[in-house]
Amino acid sequence: MGKVIVVTSGKGGVGKTTSSAALGAALAKGGDKVVVVDFDVGLRNLDLVMGAERRVVYDLVNVIQGEAKLTQALIRDKRVETLYLLPASQTRDKDNLTPEGVEKVVNALKSVFDWVICDSPAGIERGATLAMRHADVAIVVTNPEVSSVRDSDRIIGLLDSKTLRAENGEHMEKHLLLTRYDAARAERGDMLKVDDVLEILSIPLLGIIPESMDVLRASNLGSPVTLADDRSAPSIAYFEAARRLKGENLPIMIPGEKRGFFGKIFGRKAA
Amino acid sequence: MNLRRLFSRTQSAPAARERLKVLLAHERAAVGDSDLVSKLRDEILRAISMHMQIDHDKVTVKMERGAQYSTLAVDVEIPFDAAKKAA
Repeated sequence: MGKVIVVTSGKGGVGKTTSSAALGAALAKGGDKVVVVDFDVGLRNLDLVMGAERRVVYDLVNVIQGEAKLTQALIRDKRVETLYLLPASQTRDKDNLTPEGVEKVVNALKSVFDWVICDSPAGIERGATLAMRHADVAIVVTNPEVSSVRDSDRIIGLLDSKTLRAENGEHMEKHLLLTRYDAARAERGDMLKVDDVLEILSIPLLGIIPESMDVLRASNLGSPVTLADDRSAPSIAYFEAARRLKGENLPIMIPGEKRGFFGKIFGRKAA
Repeated sequence: MNLRRLFSRTQSAPAARERLKVLLAHERAAVGDSDLVSKLRDEILRAISMHMQIDHDKVTVKMERGAQYSTLAVDVEIPFDAAKKAA
């Protein structure tokens, strides 16, 4: 049985889709079978970020409505053969996303793939709650910025109350992925620091993705940043986050932080 | 660029952190009772209107959320005849 991950944030534009694609590709590059599912019905973008926009025939809503088989709707990545995409519908209303339909699709995917990554839409409406519903693990994508942190706090509350796991009284595993982090601005005191955000949200840290031109460049090219250039700073950070997701205890380096000799060796304890 | 302005500028991140802490402390406490202010306002006004006629447009409610405590200010304009009637 595969693991179901929801990539969520509440606020829009913080990097959910970028992170879903980058983590999915990083996990798939390691040989795992990965599917990334776009839950943003009406405003799909995962296909574009992954460079598959011209290959979409069927989508999630078609599968839920019984108009297409799951295998027909899945798009295999051209670069990594264990990476798949299930696109969202661009035209249909999000009301076509039914709880029963989503459950069926997620369960079917879980039995075939090692990782089912659900790319949540922004907001706290139906699409977002359905994307998190069946998750085993949540990745909360947050920018070091007040409105993003506030919305993440709200989403954490929903993860602890509206998911199947929460309703069954089980623990919902949550990880913070801090994106667009600018070490120089944080050092100057003009951006929330990693520890500020961690203290406020109090969930374990999965990774810190530095603000970088490489992210926009990769999306311009239609490639997850981890496939576009695997030596770029954000790419390395995503690869490390993917290894932590697999349970590896990798120290997290805070970009640009001044450390002593021992600090450099031991780094920061991972979540 | 104005160099003096650049150097005299105070850091903004500590303010962001403090504002978030206070806000979230309140938002977390308000789960399940998210509209405390309007509820309080309605109940206070109901209590007052048992004793006098009040014009609902002439009522202002202000809430100030602080780290240690919050204040709720209800400002009710009492018309002269209403006060007389109640007396």
